[in-house]
Amino acid sequence: MSTLKLIYFAWVRERVGKAEEDVAPPANVATVAELMAWLARRGDEYAHAFENPKVIRAAIDRNHVRADTAIKGAREIAFFPPMTGG
Amino acid sequence: MSNTVRLQAGEFDAAAEAALLTRGRTDIGAVVTFTGICRGAESGEPIAALTLEHYPGMAEAEIARHVEEANARWPLLGVTVIHRHGRIEPGENIVLVVTASSHREAAFAAAEFLMDYLKTRAPFWKQVESAAGKNWVDAKSNDDAAAERWTKPSGREAAE
Repeated sequence: MSTLKLIYFAWVRERVGKAEEDVAPPANVATVAELMAWLARRGDEYAHAFENPKVIRAAIDRNHVRADTAIKGAREIAFFPPMTGG
Repeated sequence: MSNTVRLQAGEFDAAAEAALLTRGRTDIGAVVTFTGICRGAESGEPIAALTLEHYPGMAEAEIARHVEEANARWPLLGVTVIHRHGRIEPGENIVLVVTASSHREAAFAAAEFLMDYLKTRAPFWKQVESAAGKNWVDAKSNDDAAAERWTKPSGREAAE
């Protein structure tokens, strides 16, 4: 797996403690849900941010995706809480 | 056809934006203007300000996708969407949707459709600043229900 840019927003960003980072997840991390599970094991701040993955939304290359979406070929994946704009 | 999507930190003038959409045209018979404004209290508690975080790049793209969808669904003659980000104080504008058409039905429906989708799909997050500190606003399930009704075959009637 090549390098992947991750971006975090709102309380996901606050809990992780950074707005973005580059990561290189192992090849067996194939979906958005698996990526969240992998991130949650990276440390306490990640475990806190991803403790309830069902409430976290994701976008791949700036398009909303479901948790079962494959991450292969993604350049940028964003994680954020449900949106509250408008 | 003129479609405008703008994200900005600064305030906007709703009347001027609506006038800009209709200027010099005689084919437009209906303009609907919706302005979302920052309230001074949430659940009875006074607030100092809202701060809107957004996903630059995706926010514009996501709103543009829904403007395109609105144009495919209704015979619109112009759409303007402006969404502010950053710190917004009570009484200030947050969001503007202007839809223009020959007749009112399309303009009303498209404005409501766009607002329902902005609430649930546009990547913005509100944080409330009050005496209790700073707190992220929870998404409302009735906003999801409002957006969901547009996915029903017969549109808004199906949900009512």
